[in-house]
Amino acid sequence: MGVSIEVRGLTKSFGSQKIWNDVTLTLPAGEISVMLGPSGTGKSVFLKTLVGLLKPDEGQIIIEGQDLVTLKEGDLYEVRKLFGVLFQDGALFGSMNLYDNVAFPLREHTRKSESDIRNIVLEKMDLVGLSGAEDKLPGEISGGMRKRAGLARALVLDPEILLIDEPDSGLDPVRTSYINQLFIDLNAQIDATFLIVTHDINSTRTVPDNIGLLYHKHLAMFGPREMLLSSEEPVVRQFLNAQTVGPIGMSEEKDADELAAESGKELPPLPPIPLQLGTSDGTPRRAEKPAGEWCRANGIVPPPGSFLSGNAGVPGVPQNVEAGRAALS
Amino acid sequence: MNLLTSPIKQAGALFALALDVLRALPKRPFQTKEFIQQCWFIASVTIVPTALVSIPFGAVIALQLGTLTRQLGAQSFTGAASVLAVVREASPIVTALLIAGAGGSAICADLGSRKIREEIDAMEVLGISPIQRLVVPRVLAAMLVSLLLNGLVSVVGVAGGYFFNVVIQGGTPGAYLASFTALAQLADLWTSEIKAVLFGMVAAIVASYKGLTAGGGPKGVGDAVNQAVVITFMLLFVINFVVSAIYFQVVPQKV
Repeated sequence: MGVSIEVRGLTKSFGSQKIWNDVTLTLPAGEISVMLGPSGTGKSVFLKTLVGLLKPDEGQIIIEGQDLVTLKEGDLYEVRKLFGVLFQDGALFGSMNLYDNVAFPLREHTRKSESDIRNIVLEKMDLVGLSGAEDKLPGEISGGMRKRAGLARALVLDPEILLIDEPDSGLDPVRTSYINQLFIDLNAQIDATFLIVTHDINSTRTVPDNIGLLYHKHLAMFGPREMLLSSEEPVVRQFLNAQTVGPIGMSEEKDADELAAESGKELPPLPPIPLQLGTSDGTPRRAEKPAGEWCRANGIVPPPGSFLSGNAGVPGVPQNVEAGRAALS
Repeated sequence: MNLLTSPIKQAGALFALALDVLRALPKRPFQTKEFIQQCWFIASVTIVPTALVSIPFGAVIALQLGTLTRQLGAQSFTGAASVLAVVREASPIVTALLIAGAGGSAICADLGSRKIREEIDAMEVLGISPIQRLVVPRVLAAMLVSLLLNGLVSVVGVAGGYFFNVVIQGGTPGAYLASFTALAQLADLWTSEIKAVLFGMVAAIVASYKGLTAGGGPKGVGDAVNQAVVITFMLLFVINFVVSAIYFQVVPQKV
């Protein structure tokens, strides 16, 4: 039933270059969270820090009452068994075929017989749609397939926490939708805590329960999806709606002149909040909350047209705001 | 400041890795398959070049010594001197060059490319220590192969020396063979083998260190390989000097 990750005051720098400062958040158990941020804000570094691959300068990462930062190496390897990690390019072992790659964690960490291993591996390969590709080497398949094989490998030990680094980079929109659907269905099945690092706005708007935004060396905001999607905070608003107007510039931050130049510009209205992606068989996930619950609970009026379709507010997709408004009233 | 601390940091990290390797050595399960594969791999990239390098190496020594002994009027000791030179210095050095240049660079490139493909990270996340799994078998394999290579170089070098001295320079075969053990002793061979094992260990550890810390894409791997080979060469020549110096202090020489 998933494990929560509590991050307190996490700070990381490489040499004199600060990556992020004082990041504090709690990834709720069993929920899907997305970590967003402009390129180069250390999203992948954050993910690697969470599994203990990189040591933060300060702060704590608490999982099941243990602080990952101060754990001894031997204990760290134990805690890592809770994790499944999908790296950007799948990080498959190049010398093994897909079957052996997926079977690897089972052979290393369990005493299962080869026939049990075979059953599990084939089941997970089928889950990610790679049946029949067991004998292929990682070098022989496409990036999307490598990613899915990496996901299968991350899943074989039934992780409590699944960390996913840019699942959509290098994937076409259709495959991205499939993989998003897969995450939702997986979460319903295994109830693990998910953290997805991405900068795909469409996925961010529809997939997660929680969204975090890393910007300018700190965590700008972390909270429920509806909170960020209805937020008027300039950085959050600019990023989640893929606008050029706002504090984020082409290279990191805009300077005062640039900000002054656009001060008169009117921001486009907040687009409607889309419905969250449901499981493919329609049964609700354990962590799923009714649409609009957060907004109602906090007295926020969601932008008109919200919760009418999963495509609402997607940049570039024409919106029928009038129809939405009519439906709401 | 950075200019000063960064080499010290690197040296410290290198020694830390060496200690980690030592600590991971007794850990079970021992990666027998990986060890055998690595032995075979390192041997296959080094045997032929080693043999080909050691023939001219032995020949050069024979030529130099042949001339020198004639000038000094000590032709009868040509064989003795040439065996001594080949076994004591030439063969560990040739082994070092090949283990670092062919074996070490291959290890570094292999681990480096795994590092940038995040395979190493993935392995750690899966709860497996890359040091125990990948580095220990490679270090042991490099040690074993360089031990064996050293023997090969000694034999080929001495045979090459014989050929050049006797056949080309017209030396006396009997005198050459008879003086073999006039100066050389068994301890020379032992020292030579100890050197070779040390060289294999250092080459593999430096290559692994550079490979595991490679970064910055494919170019980073290229740089890592380059640095690994250069650093290994420097270390090996220093170690060679130190071991030789100790040897002369510890082992009494034939008079």
